[in-house]
Amino acid sequence: MTTENFGNNNWGMVVDVDKCIGCNACVLACQAENNIPLNTQDRVERARSISWIRVERYWEGDFPDAKARFIPIMCQHCENAPCEPVCPVYATYHNAEGMNVQVYNRCVGTRYCANGCPYIVRFFNFWEPVWPESLRNHLNPDVTIRSRGIMEKCSFCVHRIRRETRKARSEGREVIDGTIQTACSSACPTSALNFGNFNDPNSKVSKMKKDKRHYTLLDQFATDPNVIYLAKIDADKKVAAKHD
Amino acid sequence: MQQRRELDQSYTNRKLLNGQLDTPKWWAPTVTGLGILVVIGLIVIATMINKGLGVTGLGRPVFWGLFITTFVFWVGISHAGIMISAILRLTQAEWRRPVTRAAELLTVFSLLTALVFPLIHAGRPWRIAYWITPYDISRGIYPNIRSPLIMDPVAISTYLTGSTLFLYIALLPDLGNLRDRTTGWQNAMYTVLSLGWRGNPRQWKMQTVGGILLSALMLPIFVSVHSIVSWDFAIAPAVEGWHSTIFAPYFVIGAVHSGVSAVVTMMALMRWLWKWDDFIRPEHFDALARLLIVVATGWLAFTFLELIFAVYGQDAPELALREMQMFQWPWNLLFIIFLLTGYFIPVPMWLFKRVRTNIALMFWTSILVNVGMWLERFLIIVPGLARRTPFVYTWEAYRPSAVEWTIFIWSFCWVTFLMLLFSRFFPLVPLFEQKESQVFTEDVTIGRAKVPAIVREAD
Repeated sequence: MTTENFGNNNWGMVVDVDKCIGCNACVLACQAENNIPLNTQDRVERARSISWIRVERYWEGDFPDAKARFIPIMCQHCENAPCEPVCPVYATYHNAEGMNVQVYNRCVGTRYCANGCPYIVRFFNFWEPVWPESLRNHLNPDVTIRSRGIMEKCSFCVHRIRRETRKARSEGREVIDGTIQTACSSACPTSALNFGNFNDPNSKVSKMKKDKRHYTLLDQFATDPNVIYLAKIDADKKVAAKHD
Repeated sequence: MQQRRELDQSYTNRKLLNGQLDTPKWWAPTVTGLGILVVIGLIVIATMINKGLGVTGLGRPVFWGLFITTFVFWVGISHAGIMISAILRLTQAEWRRPVTRAAELLTVFSLLTALVFPLIHAGRPWRIAYWITPYDISRGIYPNIRSPLIMDPVAISTYLTGSTLFLYIALLPDLGNLRDRTTGWQNAMYTVLSLGWRGNPRQWKMQTVGGILLSALMLPIFVSVHSIVSWDFAIAPAVEGWHSTIFAPYFVIGAVHSGVSAVVTMMALMRWLWKWDDFIRPEHFDALARLLIVVATGWLAFTFLELIFAVYGQDAPELALREMQMFQWPWNLLFIIFLLTGYFIPVPMWLFKRVRTNIALMFWTSILVNVGMWLERFLIIVPGLARRTPFVYTWEAYRPSAVEWTIFIWSFCWVTFLMLLFSRFFPLVPLFEQKESQVFTEDVTIGRAKVPAIVREAD
């Protein structure tokens, strides 16, 4: 059904780690776009902060040659997702467009999916979200506000995808590559985050994916993610440093 | 053969029906006290459902904590019933007789308690109740049967149904007995409940056959229930310490260990509270402790196998988890307490017959086992989640909140409360089983030959 309505798409992202400067613009953009509750001090201290995308810092090499690296991490939209088979009510499932979708209305909050996820990118709403009065009018009307007791995670800005594919369909054309941007990719100042259709061989992401620096995170779990990373180029070693 | 005191049937009736016909003085205040604690617990649960799971100590990535641990613990305790009443019945272990009903009862009530935990630990319990139990496809989507969280309620409700039927069938002769000894509303209640039991040979035959059939039908459940509970963890590929292939048998044997120990605890309590020294005798404790030595040693073998499998792979994250589980504060303290209480204190003590026939020592050692078995589940579930993974910055330990501890204590009060309430209306020791075992030891003289008074049910 989805395929008929929205075309033969396989949405995905290519993250060029070499370009990432760790500025956290993607994190903020995502926070604003997707009506994510404010991560107050209390929430952070109790390990209940929600950020669909985050910039992780990691160390490479041993002292004194240690290097601090950044890597943005969001839901990897795995083709073979460990979070999907464990949900008792199909609140998370794989759609025909290569996305791992979370159906808020169906979710009962067992948090089983979060235990299954090796990337720890699933978040639970322990409390009903609240915004200060001044921020109420800033909420994005396209995105559901998640009530307490349910899981949420990166949706690849599915509302933007839907809006654009619907528009293309009504105009009787294919989606033009680059017209769909997620909040994070449009906010990225260095184009480290790139969003597009892997099924279109001429799309930007399909071409980037062919780069020999490409890898996927934690491939030992054979999750087959739709988020492809391009490794950091290490100028000293003159080889692509691979992180997994 | 075990030594028996000759007990006449009227003495057996009088003593074993003392809970119903001659309620002890401690009963009313104890049940009232427990009732108050149960109500407090229910208020806390209601508050938690009202306010949200923020009142727990859970966070990211420790999404499961005390509730799931306690769920696994109570499902484990429920294995007492099937072990004692089904397996020992089919293997014709005579010493099972006085404890069959109490064990089956513990099964029913601990399963009822266990079922509460997955419900209340969910973010939206009102939905889980509607979408999983009972089955409902009104939204056009069948529940995901690949999820162990669907298999769980199926297995547990099957077990609960089987156990309840089993309990009821075994209760019929005693209900008839009580009907004949009561008046007024109690008589009316027992008349309805005893389903016209008159004790004629046909009824006895049907009752016995029904019991044996249910025992045999419940044997697969013996394997399935805790296997499925273990798959709640074993199928999460990314959690070191969870995704182990031997979890199913490991959990089953652990469940028998904790369940049979709980039966020992309960037997000691029954003997003290209702003064059933003539019926629950040291040789019963002796036999159960011998069984426990075997079960516990099998369980210990699985515990070490699980560690060996984990270390054998030399997988760095797995090794890191084991290091945390066994050597890092505060898990190392819990791990030592777990090993000592789960095996290394009780089992060597049980090797001595003096200990096995000492009711007080058996009581305390069986409690130790269940402390250890609870810690075992806690040490599997929480460190596995609280581990330090490559991509998480919040990996600090999880601290259960007061709400979680209250609900944990509530579960114990609730089971005890239900047991005591049951004991007011139904005998905890099956009278007919007791008398049957009495008759088995008697011989009748036919001419010059002495033959057993009764032919065994399965012969």
